[in-house]
Amino acid sequence: MSTDTLNHSSHHPVEHEEEHHDASGTKLFGFWVYLMSDLVIFGSLFATYAVLMKGTAGGPTGADIFELPLILFGTFALLISSFTFGMGVLAMHANRVGQVKVWLIITFLLGLCFLGMEVYEFQHLIHEGYGPDRSGFLSAFFTLVGTHGLHVTFGMIWILVMLVQLYTKGLNDMTRPRILCLSLFWHFLDIVWICVFSFVYLMGVL
Amino acid sequence: MFGKLTLESIPYHEPIIMVVAAFMAIGGIALFGLITYYRKWGWLWNEWFTSVDHKKLGIMYFIVALVMLLRGFSDAIMMRTQLAMAAGDAAGYLPPEHYDQIFTAHGVIMIFFVAMPMVIGLMNLVVPLQIGARDVAFPFLNNLSFWLFAVSAILVNISLVVGEFAKTGWLAYAPLSGIEFSPGVGVDYWIWALQISGIGTTLTGINFFVTIIKMRTKGMTMFRMPIFTWTSLCANVLIIASFPILTATIALLTLDRYLGMHFFTNDFGGNMMMYVNLIWAWGHPEVYILILPAFGVFSEVIATFARKRLFGYATMVWATISITLLSFVVWLHHFFTMGAGANVNAFFGIMTMIIAIPTGVKVFNWLFTMFRGSLELTSPVLWTLGFIITFTLGGMTGVMLAVPAANFVLHNSLFVIAHFHNVIIGGVVFGMMAGLTYWFPKAFGFTLNEKWGKRSFWCWFIGFYVAFMPLYVLAFFGAVRRMQSYANPEWQPWMILAWVGAVIIMLGIVCTIIQFWVSIRDRKQNADVTGDPWNGRTLEWSTSSPAPFYNFARLPEVGDIDSFWSQKQRSEEQLEEAPYTDIHMPRNTVAGPVISFFALVIGFALVWHIWWLAGVGAVGVFISFMARVFNDDIDYYVPAAEVERIEREHQQRVEAQA
Repeated sequence: MSTDTLNHSSHHPVEHEEEHHDASGTKLFGFWVYLMSDLVIFGSLFATYAVLMKGTAGGPTGADIFELPLILFGTFALLISSFTFGMGVLAMHANRVGQVKVWLIITFLLGLCFLGMEVYEFQHLIHEGYGPDRSGFLSAFFTLVGTHGLHVTFGMIWILVMLVQLYTKGLNDMTRPRILCLSLFWHFLDIVWICVFSFVYLMGVL
Repeated sequence: MFGKLTLESIPYHEPIIMVVAAFMAIGGIALFGLITYYRKWGWLWNEWFTSVDHKKLGIMYFIVALVMLLRGFSDAIMMRTQLAMAAGDAAGYLPPEHYDQIFTAHGVIMIFFVAMPMVIGLMNLVVPLQIGARDVAFPFLNNLSFWLFAVSAILVNISLVVGEFAKTGWLAYAPLSGIEFSPGVGVDYWIWALQISGIGTTLTGINFFVTIIKMRTKGMTMFRMPIFTWTSLCANVLIIASFPILTATIALLTLDRYLGMHFFTNDFGGNMMMYVNLIWAWGHPEVYILILPAFGVFSEVIATFARKRLFGYATMVWATISITLLSFVVWLHHFFTMGAGANVNAFFGIMTMIIAIPTGVKVFNWLFTMFRGSLELTSPVLWTLGFIITFTLGGMTGVMLAVPAANFVLHNSLFVIAHFHNVIIGGVVFGMMAGLTYWFPKAFGFTLNEKWGKRSFWCWFIGFYVAFMPLYVLAFFGAVRRMQSYANPEWQPWMILAWVGAVIIMLGIVCTIIQFWVSIRDRKQNADVTGDPWNGRTLEWSTSSPAPFYNFARLPEVGDIDSFWSQKQRSEEQLEEAPYTDIHMPRNTVAGPVISFFALVIGFALVWHIWWLAGVGAVGVFISFMARVFNDDIDYYVPAAEVERIEREHQQRVEAQA
């Protein structure tokens, strides 16, 4: 494009304020829509799990392998991390960038606890010979829980990226909507996990 | 080091493939040489490949789609030729394993790499203009979507020369597509091509959904949106709700094949019918993703050329919404013979038949729009009339297939093939050709040659009937789909007739190519200076052709359906006095093509189990994405003076013409 262009941050600080608010609203709305499409992926995996639940092929059932106390520990880590992220967003609204960082770090550590629990569980099961290739049931179990874990991993990488951006850029029109999107993502994973916990673990043991 | 990839992976012993590969190589080298000779690489990269302009992306979608149409059509004519020859003891010229790849590639290419990009390309070109927006909600994602699609098309073409393509049919039913029965790399090519382009499509769906919901110009309420925008909105809702199912299903098949899991296997607790259920829970909405925007095109075309407001706007919208909802409760009609039981089959059969009602509403709306209008028989109108006839016929055979008892007889026969070509050619292809002709001047500033456009229509229209009516007949003789040869020589005359039909369709494609050539040659005479060559009704015709990169110098205001039309009737010069303001626009970005290139690397590496290369690709995607995330300089303002200069130039051109 041959047009002479201007950089907006230096020349248009005030008059386009409204436009930016609108852009941030569009971003959040778009992220909601993305989350709904992600929910369809989880929906498909839940449906798959429901179909294959009984397909144990002589291998273990859920009741044989699930260790509820361990899972409960991970579940609480994740639930608390949702709370700490919420505190981070409140701090962001109060423009306290230092507190935002602290809450994000705490959230990250709690996410790490959850992920550690999951890796331990998977590693343990595979070691026992109950890996995802043992039966249809285990394939569905590993895939559903693993997909959630993969999402948590991405969320944690995202937290790290946001921390770097908070150090280099601080809170601005760019980083604020991103933190809000990340918080939506993190709470979304929490809700999905509640479904996993009830539908897979509790129902499996009962 | 190179996983499963060896020099033997290149099919030297297949003369047909080698000739095709040679042609592709010569064509590629010639194109490469021409671009280099005219020093156009910088221009291509800066103005097109990295562009976030929705109009340019729309054009690029169409170019890739037309190239892939040639590939998909070559597959078609090869199949028809084979079947015209292979009667009785004759084996034809294609061995079964090659024939199986061809019908798979034909289906995959025509749906994913021709029909989808045409529909998405048209949405790109038209929707932001119709709603009076300057761009889509997420311009960078839009560019990324295009490139993810483009690299998937490249991956499919690589499979032609390196290795093989799937031999499973276009939906790769398990357990046939599992590692036990398809140990080759064909299914892996299928998996990664669809996975990468599917993610791009999901992003497009989100992008356009948000664009239409959030970025309509002042006064454009939902029930003032043009019908094409409405149908696009519904198609995008379908994309958002259904493509994740495809992503998940393909991922599960991938886990079966790569990690030995048991989702769709015969043994170890797998359930292969779950695959069929999942893939059609995506697949049926998919056909509506294709046809709804085509319905939108016909609605725009017919209202414009009948010089009448569309009959029954509100019923058209509600019919579209009903079809959107119903499309999610009919998927089981693709496999009535699975044995789900009489009640389940009856439910899905009835739901399927109910879809004929809103579709019928639409047909009557189009007919009544023409009634007492002054219909001008331009080529877009011809495509529309051809569609109404052909699609209605195809819809009726669809209702026949929806009767479970009849379906048990017709299942897997050529009747099914004739039916879906009847609706896809008669609906989607005709719709895209109409849309291409209708909106071409908006993209390029000159109209397409009418004479060759009409010739193309008549070839397609007649060719379609000659090619596919014999298949209905053959189905009643018992001919099944996906057969490479047949024992009964009495079928051969019908097969030859179908081949003749395919040749007539080929002439239609040739006419289109000539049409492009002639139109570009005569572009000065056919220039569309006013921006409104058809005396149109909707906002895209209110700006110049080709539209400036910011679409509208001043954002239009809307007070009615077909606002531009009523504005012309009142001959009011709206907003004439308002001064120009600075316009906020997104910057071009290299992130889309770079990320997609690494996605292609990942796809190719995973097909051949070259794990280190897949790792390189993943790191590449991550780093290039981070580079984008840490880049703050993603937008800019076009100064008001520059807008004024561009607009004045356009004004001068209009006056010079007058």
